[in-house]
Amino acid sequence: MRRGLLLTWGVVLWMTLAPRAAMAAADYESTVAPILKKNCVPCHSTANAQGKLALDSLEAIQRGGVSGPSLVPGKSSESGIYQRLVVEDRTLRMPFGGKALAPELIAVIRDWVDGQDAAAPAPEAIPTTIDFHRDVEPILKSNCYGCHSGGKAQSQLRLDAGKAALRGGLGGKVINPGDAKGSRLIHRVKGMGGEQRMPLRKAPLDDRQIAILERWIDAGAVWPGADQAADDEELELHWSYKAPHRPKTPTVQKADWARNDIDRFILARLEKEGLSPSQRASTEMLIRRLSLDLTGLPPTPAEVGAFLKDDSEQAYEKLVDRLLASPHYGERWARPWLDWARYADSNGFEKDLPREMWKYRDWVIEALNQNMTFDQFTIEQLAGDMLPKPAQSQLIATGFNRNTMHNEEGGVDPAEAHHDVLVDRVNTTATLWLGSTLACAQCHNHKFDPFTQKEYYQFYAFFNNPTYDVIHVGDSSTRFVEKSIDLPTDAQEASRKHLQEQITDLQKVTSTETDALRDARRVWEKEQKQAFDRWKRVQPEKLESLGGSTMTAQPDRSVLVSGANEHGDTYIVEGPAPQGDFNAVLLEALPDESLPRGGPGRDLYGNFVLTELSVEWNPTGKADGWKPLRWTYAVSDNGNIAGFYQRPPEDPSKAMKRPDSRGEEQLWTVDASREDKRVARRLVIPLDAKVANVSNARLRFTFLFASPFGKQGIGRFRLGVSQEEDPHFITQVRSQVRHNLDLAESARTEEQQKEIRSTFLSNTPLLKDERQALRKLRDEMSDLGIATAKVMQDEGSFAQLSAPMRVRGSFLSPGETVYANVPKVFPPLPEDAIPNRLGLAKWLVSKQNPLTSRVMVNRMWETYFGKGIVETSEDFGSQGALPSHAELLDWLAVEFMDSGWNLKHMHKLIVMSATYQQDSKVEPQVLENDPYNRLLARGPRFRMEAEMIRDVALAASGLLSSKIGGPSVYPYQPEGIWDVPYSSVKWEQSEGEDQFRRGIYTFVRRSSAYPSMATFDAPSREVCTIRRVSTNTPLQALNGLNDPAFFDAARALAARVIREGGSAPRQRADYAFRLLTSRSAPQGYLDEITAWYEREIARLKREGQTAKQIHGAPVALHAEASKASSPELAAWTLVANVLLNMDEAITKE
Amino acid sequence: MKKDLGKGSSMQDRARNEALRAMTRRHFFGQTAQFGLGTAALAALGNPELFASTAASHGPHHKPKAKSIIFLFMAGAPSQLDMFDHKPMLNQYDGQPVPEEVTKGERFAFIKGTPRLLGSPHTFQRYGQSGAELSNLVPHTARIADDIAIVKSLWTTQFNHAPAQIFMNSGHQIPGRPSMGSWLQYGLGSENADLPGFVVLLSGKNQPDGGKSCWGSGFLPTVYQGVEFRREGDPVLFLSDPEGIDRERRRRTLDLLKNLNEQHLAEAGDPEIATRINSYELAYRMQSSVPELTDISGEPDNIREMYGVTPGKPSFANNCLLARRMVERGVRFVQLYHRGWDTHGSSNNEDIVNKLSWLCRETDRAAAALVQDLKQRGLLDSTIVVWGGEFGRTPMNEARGGSKFLGRDHHPRAFTMWMAGGGIKPGVTVGKTDDIGYNIVEDPYSVHDLHATLMHLMGIDHKRLTYKFQGREFRLTDVHGELIHKIMA
Repeated sequence: MRRGLLLTWGVVLWMTLAPRAAMAAADYESTVAPILKKNCVPCHSTANAQGKLALDSLEAIQRGGVSGPSLVPGKSSESGIYQRLVVEDRTLRMPFGGKALAPELIAVIRDWVDGQDAAAPAPEAIPTTIDFHRDVEPILKSNCYGCHSGGKAQSQLRLDAGKAALRGGLGGKVINPGDAKGSRLIHRVKGMGGEQRMPLRKAPLDDRQIAILERWIDAGAVWPGADQAADDEELELHWSYKAPHRPKTPTVQKADWARNDIDRFILARLEKEGLSPSQRASTEMLIRRLSLDLTGLPPTPAEVGAFLKDDSEQAYEKLVDRLLASPHYGERWARPWLDWARYADSNGFEKDLPREMWKYRDWVIEALNQNMTFDQFTIEQLAGDMLPKPAQSQLIATGFNRNTMHNEEGGVDPAEAHHDVLVDRVNTTATLWLGSTLACAQCHNHKFDPFTQKEYYQFYAFFNNPTYDVIHVGDSSTRFVEKSIDLPTDAQEASRKHLQEQITDLQKVTSTETDALRDARRVWEKEQKQAFDRWKRVQPEKLESLGGSTMTAQPDRSVLVSGANEHGDTYIVEGPAPQGDFNAVLLEALPDESLPRGGPGRDLYGNFVLTELSVEWNPTGKADGWKPLRWTYAVSDNGNIAGFYQRPPEDPSKAMKRPDSRGEEQLWTVDASREDKRVARRLVIPLDAKVANVSNARLRFTFLFASPFGKQGIGRFRLGVSQEEDPHFITQVRSQVRHNLDLAESARTEEQQKEIRSTFLSNTPLLKDERQALRKLRDEMSDLGIATAKVMQDEGSFAQLSAPMRVRGSFLSPGETVYANVPKVFPPLPEDAIPNRLGLAKWLVSKQNPLTSRVMVNRMWETYFGKGIVETSEDFGSQGALPSHAELLDWLAVEFMDSGWNLKHMHKLIVMSATYQQDSKVEPQVLENDPYNRLLARGPRFRMEAEMIRDVALAASGLLSSKIGGPSVYPYQPEGIWDVPYSSVKWEQSEGEDQFRRGIYTFVRRSSAYPSMATFDAPSREVCTIRRVSTNTPLQALNGLNDPAFFDAARALAARVIREGGSAPRQRADYAFRLLTSRSAPQGYLDEITAWYEREIARLKREGQTAKQIHGAPVALHAEASKASSPELAAWTLVANVLLNMDEAITKE
Repeated sequence: MKKDLGKGSSMQDRARNEALRAMTRRHFFGQTAQFGLGTAALAALGNPELFASTAASHGPHHKPKAKSIIFLFMAGAPSQLDMFDHKPMLNQYDGQPVPEEVTKGERFAFIKGTPRLLGSPHTFQRYGQSGAELSNLVPHTARIADDIAIVKSLWTTQFNHAPAQIFMNSGHQIPGRPSMGSWLQYGLGSENADLPGFVVLLSGKNQPDGGKSCWGSGFLPTVYQGVEFRREGDPVLFLSDPEGIDRERRRRTLDLLKNLNEQHLAEAGDPEIATRINSYELAYRMQSSVPELTDISGEPDNIREMYGVTPGKPSFANNCLLARRMVERGVRFVQLYHRGWDTHGSSNNEDIVNKLSWLCRETDRAAAALVQDLKQRGLLDSTIVVWGGEFGRTPMNEARGGSKFLGRDHHPRAFTMWMAGGGIKPGVTVGKTDDIGYNIVEDPYSVHDLHATLMHLMGIDHKRLTYKFQGREFRLTDVHGELIHKIMA
């Protein structure tokens, strides 16, 4: 048998290994050649060719030997190279005289031969002397110039000019004269080395072409004229990698229009295109635009009024200064930053459990409000922990890098999950500060930009040193957990200390056996034994299985089940009621050798699932004398009891709800899959009322086994009844250890004694008060709500930071070790910077860095104007868009740095410009010439972002809370949005003003976005998202019209209009319109609205109850409006519902 | 300027309308799209040819074989070795340790140490003219054996649920790329102006592990993402009008809204306002078309019986019936998720004995009924039904933490899916695994190959449907994907 098995295993192995070879591309170099080299080349090399056959090169193999060609492409059956390996005749079989090759190796050869293109024509002869112009240049020209010539040379490699070609590209030299084998040009055209074959996405070079290139390189790669080439072959560096210089401000014709230098750049371009700027926006439009841009909130009617009245020169500037000083400025500008920083309140991935990160969010708001300079803002977030004696706020700032997702799925490889975290940190940093798609270089050199794969991992190395705890979850899963800090307030800290002392003291009391307790335990042990013996077993007389199982009564009064085993079987057991009153029923499930794996259940594992049990008592013995015995809960000594059958808590309203659908109820589940669990189990069911028993009464038990899985009946069981003061007293002791009670104390092992002692201590009424007090203290401890923050912390080390490269980006293929550094295309790290996160942060905000400042001012610009000067605000590389106003971008970038990275200075500069203050009306001529408003001949006009739409609706309706910061909140959300596997975390709606907080405070769960946020294009925050796409969909329409959160805003707005908007419908309509748009409604609007209102209120008056449904319950906010009639309130609610959805109301214009 | 945007009288109006059309064309796939191609919305702009001119730049690239796909996604990974891929040798050597050479260097999600082979506790039989071999767990699929193509040789690169599901949907394991449904929407648009073109229906417990990223639009505009029809409450979020607002009242409020927006369009001149007006009109139509779609009370008893639908109870069967109703109405891509197939055997209720049987009872009948129902209506020719999960399961018993329940770990090297319908060859079984079902020995197909094939049947050349993002042209199949000719009719 053993031998047979081994032989068969050979077959299995063969079958399992062979396909691997088949699946891999049968590559001569990597797969076939090594086999030949080891087994064949010793006798068949070019130097020593037995049978004139050499097998040490592809050419030689094709040439063949005395027996003819050894390789017939596509036909292993005709190819000697394969046939001679498998031929039965030992005198012919190769390797000559030796053992046959392993089958899997033979399979490789076979598959390789079969994989050769049968139709391939015989190769054309290759000239012995290569002439560059005749032989090589045409190959390069038709295959390589497309991407590697002139100014567009990918990876900065040119193959159209000798000097440049021999110098190589970003990845270094590609041609090593004299060494074709060591030349990357050859590797790449052959697709070797794990990199993509060249030419990309085009037919590969044929063998002859490759051979010509090889021969040319081996002969010294002579490129006529290369040595005399001029320096103009130097590549022009992509614009964004060159440091910005402040350009001269252009002169313009309409000089009086310009308010600052920004305008001169914009105007110069407009004049060049023959366009003129728009007139200044109306006062109302200006204050609304400014308020939305600087605080994210609409101006109040009073603010609009004051601004309209102020006709001083400085009115506008004063407004700008007031708004920049508002604490809501920080909230507004934190919003885009949090997208970029992929801030969220959950871990992401499958489980997506909540995390506590809001301290970081509040840090961002606060830092912006304090106008922290952007270099400091950068350094604290990337490396606050590395600053000397970091302040608590600086540690919180490092939460930036902790915003990465964290995969807690059971089967993940923890090291790989951690690698993914680091990759995200690299990609986010490069995108956010450098506007670079460094991420593309994770698997290979960047196709278009000057980043090599090596440089990717050099950048990665900056992050490759965090400390983490290794946590084991369950028995098969491991996770890396990075550092968090507790941030208790002083009061919380004091309470915590106090509580912890009390807990420690009480724990000691509840786990120490005093002499008195020892005596009590001995009494308890005796009682336990006696109690168990008091139960009277029911003699089963009538046995029936509706599913056709065979049921047999056993001498010990148990019932053994065998035979058929149907899904949904029902057992009915009847017998005489034992003498005496009783108030509880006992069901024992017993193991039995005849059952699967020894029982006690009947499924394949010996488990059972009891879904229902009914108990009936018949005092008369007559057929109609059965009375159900009621019970509400059950207790078992082990095994699972469904929640709703567990002992009802003190507060019945907290009892678990019984599921509605049958089949999901699992009264008692016993898992006997493991040997140590295959023991007797007991279920005690206390009856609702004591049964005053009579003689000759009978009992009937009906068991239902309708688990969704089926075939899970009990295999052997016994029933009993008893009159007990504490019926489930016996379940205190687990079945597995009950027999230890029979041992004398001196005969017990320490382990056994400990088990009994702790069972007693955790059950004895003598310690009841202490146990309760302990529970209460623990609850109080967790109720303290001490905030935590996730922070960065590096492993202390003097070693230079390094990381292994990952071949093709695969975590499983570590490559060469590289050391932390920045890509070569940029200026190097400053002399005094240590190559760690802090050094990196300082480098990012050094004035030599060509990108950071440009990238940041561009994003500010984008937030104001809808599109950046570089439209692809996430990509400043060669594939990104070119700047629409390159000089302006550089001017702004230099200005930002020169201002000392002063954010508010830049904001003010932009909003003070005439460009910003233009009317946004879309004139046909401008639409025709510049549909996307890239040239800015008008002011910006685009739909507001998701959070702003919410904030404006709440602000206009008067609901908005002005509270700043704090834990994330849970405003109204429809049922069923948080429907995440393996997580029972519920969305519990916030109360009071927390329902009406600004959108930025809504809890962000990555896998289950808050509906209106997702619908209005807020990103999921899974990864860094620089640019939100703006869509315009019917789902948004439904959201704005029907989302109860928005409809509540309509109701509140109606109430406010009635309260504050005067008494005439026309006045009220105008007031509502003003609250949303900051301007008075034009006559045409007012005519429509009031006419509509009059018609609608008339209808509502006729309809009676409908009006009440529409305006809803008069919540506190409505109180003052409750004087209004119901139809009035409802009609205004409908008007408000319409106004809140106006294009103008959700658009910044 | 009011209402009739196409017939402005003044010079200025005409100029504006022309500009507006040009703008909309250019903008089409950027900001202003409706669901897919929103034909009705565009007709309102007075330029019905727009549909054709825009669509041509994306797809179809050739004559399509099918118009719709229904993807029955068995989230959690069904055990191919207990349902489709019969391996007698596993039963023969049940309980024997697997030779180290087979598993050396392999990573498993949960298996530790040397695992032991696990024979299937289920029985297999051949069915139909085609002689497809299926287990007793799928008696209804057995009835349609001659209508389906079974592929036993798919493989994937991912061995955990969330990444593998995201990979199966978007061709990449990390969230952020568009899902297949989004690509198809982007490439082909919608056939129904009143319904979303990409709908997702969930059954079983919770949503799939990959979360909403499974039907996300990635870097494509969100207009292309799958619209999740909910099991309870409004099928589409916020579809119902608030209390007290009936259809007529909603129409009146929308008339007022339209009127105000049109006045503002005349003031501000931004064509985006016209698009907004249309999106509200489409929303209004959806409020009727979606409830009509999801109301199955008009379906005859024999059809409900055929699927096994219990009226009023959300179920996989219910969703299968809805899927048919959707493709009847021109929905491009319907994806049904049924979750719970993760039968590791770490407990009584997630094993291949109890749980797998249960899941098959929940899904087998309705999946088969869907194929039969489409066939009897002549819809199977233009619809592709795909059945499968994100990866397969190991030939070895997992025995996590020494568990005695029978179950299999995640196995990316080989798994089975079946397909039926437009352009799919019926009654074939393709691909082969080795004697223990560990590796593929014939016709290995990657997830990219599956994507390429499905796109091809829908008239899309997977290499040509691309979208430029962050400096790169992206496509569903990344740089991979070969057609699975053996299952193509």
